[in-house]
Amino acid sequence: MSEFLQQLVNGITWGSVYALIALGYTMVYGILRLINFAHGDVYMLGAFVGLYASRWFHAGQEPSPLKALLVLVTSMVICAFLGLIIERLAYKPVRKSPRLSALITAIGVSLLLENGGVLLFGASPRFFPQIVAQKNIQLGMGVVLSNQQLIVLTVSVVLMLALRWLVLSTKVGKAMQAVSHNHMAASLMGISVDRIITFTFMIGSALAAAAGVLVALQSPKIEPYMGILPGLKAFVAAVLGGIGNIPGAVVGGLVMGIAEVLVTGYLSPTYRDAIAFVLLIVILLVRPAGIFGKAVAEKV
Amino acid sequence: MKLRHGFMLVVAALSALTFAAGCGGGAGGKDELVIGVYGSLTGGDATFGESTKMGVELALKQLTDAKGGKIGGLPVRAVVEDDQGKAEEAATVVQKLINQDRDITVIGEVASSRSLAAAPICQAAGVPMISPSSTNPKVTEVGDFISRMCFIDPFQGIVMAKFASGNLGVKKVAILKDVKSDYSVGLAQFFTEGFKAAGGTIVAEQAYTAGDQDFSAQLTAIKAKSPDAIFLPGYYTEVGLIARKARELGLTCPILGGDGWESEQLLEIGGEALNGAYYSNHFAVDNPEPKLQAFLKDFRTQFGKDPDAIAGLAYDAANVLFGCLEKLAADEPATFKALGSAKAGTPEQKEAQKKLAALIAATKDYAGVTGVITLDANRNANKPLVVLEIKGGKKVFNTSINP
Amino acid sequence: MKRSLWRIVGPLVTILALVALNVLLPRVVNPYHFQVLMLIGINVVLAVSLNLVNGFTGQFSIGHAGFMAVGAYASAMFTLKLGQPMVNSLHGVPLPVAQGIALLLALIAGGLLAAAAGWLVGLPSLRLRGDYLAIVTLGFGEIIRVVILNVDAIGGARGLPGIPQYSTFFWVFGAAVAVIMLARNMAHSTHGRALFAIRDDEVAAEALGVDTTSYKVLAFVLGAFFAGVAGGLFAHFLSYLNPSSFTFLKSIEVIAMVVLGGMGSISGSVIAAIVLTLMPEMLRGLKDYRMVIYALMLIILMITRPQGLMGTREVSLSGLFGKRGPAKGAA
Repeated sequence: MSEFLQQLVNGITWGSVYALIALGYTMVYGILRLINFAHGDVYMLGAFVGLYASRWFHAGQEPSPLKALLVLVTSMVICAFLGLIIERLAYKPVRKSPRLSALITAIGVSLLLENGGVLLFGASPRFFPQIVAQKNIQLGMGVVLSNQQLIVLTVSVVLMLALRWLVLSTKVGKAMQAVSHNHMAASLMGISVDRIITFTFMIGSALAAAAGVLVALQSPKIEPYMGILPGLKAFVAAVLGGIGNIPGAVVGGLVMGIAEVLVTGYLSPTYRDAIAFVLLIVILLVRPAGIFGKAVAEKV
Repeated sequence: MKLRHGFMLVVAALSALTFAAGCGGGAGGKDELVIGVYGSLTGGDATFGESTKMGVELALKQLTDAKGGKIGGLPVRAVVEDDQGKAEEAATVVQKLINQDRDITVIGEVASSRSLAAAPICQAAGVPMISPSSTNPKVTEVGDFISRMCFIDPFQGIVMAKFASGNLGVKKVAILKDVKSDYSVGLAQFFTEGFKAAGGTIVAEQAYTAGDQDFSAQLTAIKAKSPDAIFLPGYYTEVGLIARKARELGLTCPILGGDGWESEQLLEIGGEALNGAYYSNHFAVDNPEPKLQAFLKDFRTQFGKDPDAIAGLAYDAANVLFGCLEKLAADEPATFKALGSAKAGTPEQKEAQKKLAALIAATKDYAGVTGVITLDANRNANKPLVVLEIKGGKKVFNTSINP
Repeated sequence: MKRSLWRIVGPLVTILALVALNVLLPRVVNPYHFQVLMLIGINVVLAVSLNLVNGFTGQFSIGHAGFMAVGAYASAMFTLKLGQPMVNSLHGVPLPVAQGIALLLALIAGGLLAAAAGWLVGLPSLRLRGDYLAIVTLGFGEIIRVVILNVDAIGGARGLPGIPQYSTFFWVFGAAVAVIMLARNMAHSTHGRALFAIRDDEVAAEALGVDTTSYKVLAFVLGAFFAGVAGGLFAHFLSYLNPSSFTFLKSIEVIAMVVLGGMGSISGSVIAAIVLTLMPEMLRGLKDYRMVIYALMLIILMITRPQGLMGTREVSLSGLFGKRGPAKGAA
């Protein structure tokens, strides 16, 4: 029993990271119908910006909660602007093009960030400084939760709630919803579609950056290719929950995290990467729009 | 009438012509000894390629400082190519090194999968290939032109099993291997065989994939089996993270590993979590052996960091090669001249490459920085293995085990 | 009048040209260039076969490397278990012929197994559209790779060495010509028109009486078959297989070829396969900057020519001599 509970705790922490990355995917997809393959690489950049920020603030030598927060925010802000640059330079010019061309552009951006990362940061893995000293919290029944895991969980939940508030209760958020329904109609209502798209990219990139810093906090090894697999799986999580749907991305991420951990712990760990996709195929065949997705009638 | 059928012929013919025109571009150079180095300079395994490159570069720099970069009067030059960590790319790159850059011999690769893709090409072209650190036994089985500077998986796996049961006295071991890495899978297999033969039991066998960031599920499952030790035959890139997570989950038993652990970043990432871990390696940094210490010092001056085992093995590979070239130049000047001749692909040169391969295969008692190297009948390096213990955040020599 | 004559002479000339080049090329071409040439041939087969699915039918498959892997491993195992013993036992038959027969059988075996996999993946396409289908094909490709990684009988993570090198210029470019001809003939047939109709507007196609489901599955099966053949050629060319050669990045490479060439343009796929195979080789001199430049070129090409190099047009000789070829396929 204690093993199972521990696995559940592991799964939820890991799933919340997927959820954070999946949120960015789902937002961009909701608005642009673009699978932003470079999203996982923004997550990687987030971790690297965090690394340089913690050096700048000396957060590794004398860890303090304030400095850790500063590192997190710096990384999110810088990556938000990176998202802006990427959107303006690469995606905006192909917005009216066939969707596959936009996808290839996204892949190009992804390759550019990865290989540019190798040039900038070097290919060897880098150590992410311990900006929060690790402590274990006993939850009883032999279940352990580290304070870093707790931080990952808390920050993820706070960010998700903030995002929910932003989308549902603010003017910008309502504009985002409008744009995701129909670009043309939104622009007729006086919404600057371009601005909203850029803003969405910035928010998504900031969330990915936060995920990058949070993962680096728990497993302090970062390298330029670290975004590929989590990016891919986060996208699967987004589809699982119903792509374009914000609570769906969170649930999808958690389901993925828990499923992966349980498969690894109780079935064969070698099938960890496959099981995510098996689960996905099964769900898509039963509910093609994902867990929370609404079945949209085909436009004729 | 449209000749639509023709378009693919036109395309095929055009591309063929382009290549034919480009062919022979490398001919007509000067007499020199070109050494090809291929490795993964980009891609997930980029550190392997980087380390190999640095090892060879250092050896070449020392040759330049000592002898003006010449062997037997011929200048030595290295051409380094990137295979992006892909098997098919390794095959292409080796073809380029041999045919375009007129390399007389090739050093590479670290990962056995890439060495296995490139080795048949070197063997068919009659180009000696030295793999600094591919430990899969199949690599040198390709043919007599292929040799290596490291011990092979069976030796390392069995020795670590003996060390675990004999020196540490553990009975129950859990294995955590990297399924994507042939190296890790092989090592786990030979360790299992050795450990079972020594009367121990494997209580759990878990796996991960290189690049994973989360290992909590595997370690929680391992913890439930309460093993005496964990065998972790992976690369340092994940080892540090795994050790951290293991300690976090309350697993305090010793962790054992192989030469894939060797890197200056191992301790940086793993930190205190690695105290009480043991791994087999090609050299111990605290070994006072002067040659090794000189290498460490030179490497640090040149690149500003500590070398890993891969760099050490590449350095040895380059120096073994230089030694063989020196010997050939001294013993058979005519053959040596043909080897470095600007006219590539002559029968004399082919013959010279064959002689060079034989000389490499005959390497005996070469005192390298990674131990005394003697190549056996299968051109595998026979050399002692060093077990290092991590104590108080430092790697300390524990014991040395002979083959 | 000339058309019927060309129908007989054309294939004959092609085969003769292939045989002649097969003998000639390895002798005169630098082996490095020959290696790249062979990779181009294999990539042409891959790109044109994916074009059948993505370009012709408009289905969004990003798991082509999975079909390639199935074909590669199946044909390699076929040769190792059956083909190679057969070649060794055939006396009196010239070696290239015996090896050619063994390779052909292996390719068919690999292609069929890949086609079966394609059928399996094609089935969900009855229910899923667009990006959802894409992610299923991607997942399928990954599942195949993970399964291969775990089956020790075919080498697992350590790979499968020692596959005989039966792939020659004749077979690689023969397969390329075959897949090009098939695609070209299909484009001009009723079936091809049906596929294009599905791509341009699935609902309208269905309303016009096109059996969209069976055509979609057909496109998947055919595409997968030739991807399997390409995998078989790859296996018998490299003589070593490793699961890491078939990651989703490989699928992405092939998609880049199809999109760059122009969706639905066969000659576009061929040209893009050549360009995208040559480009990284030509950029080798740039060392560390190579992949960065490659990525930048991909982005810039997509921004400046989003419809790909060829759009849906084809290169034809008359087109080269001044007259514009008609916009085939855009029917």
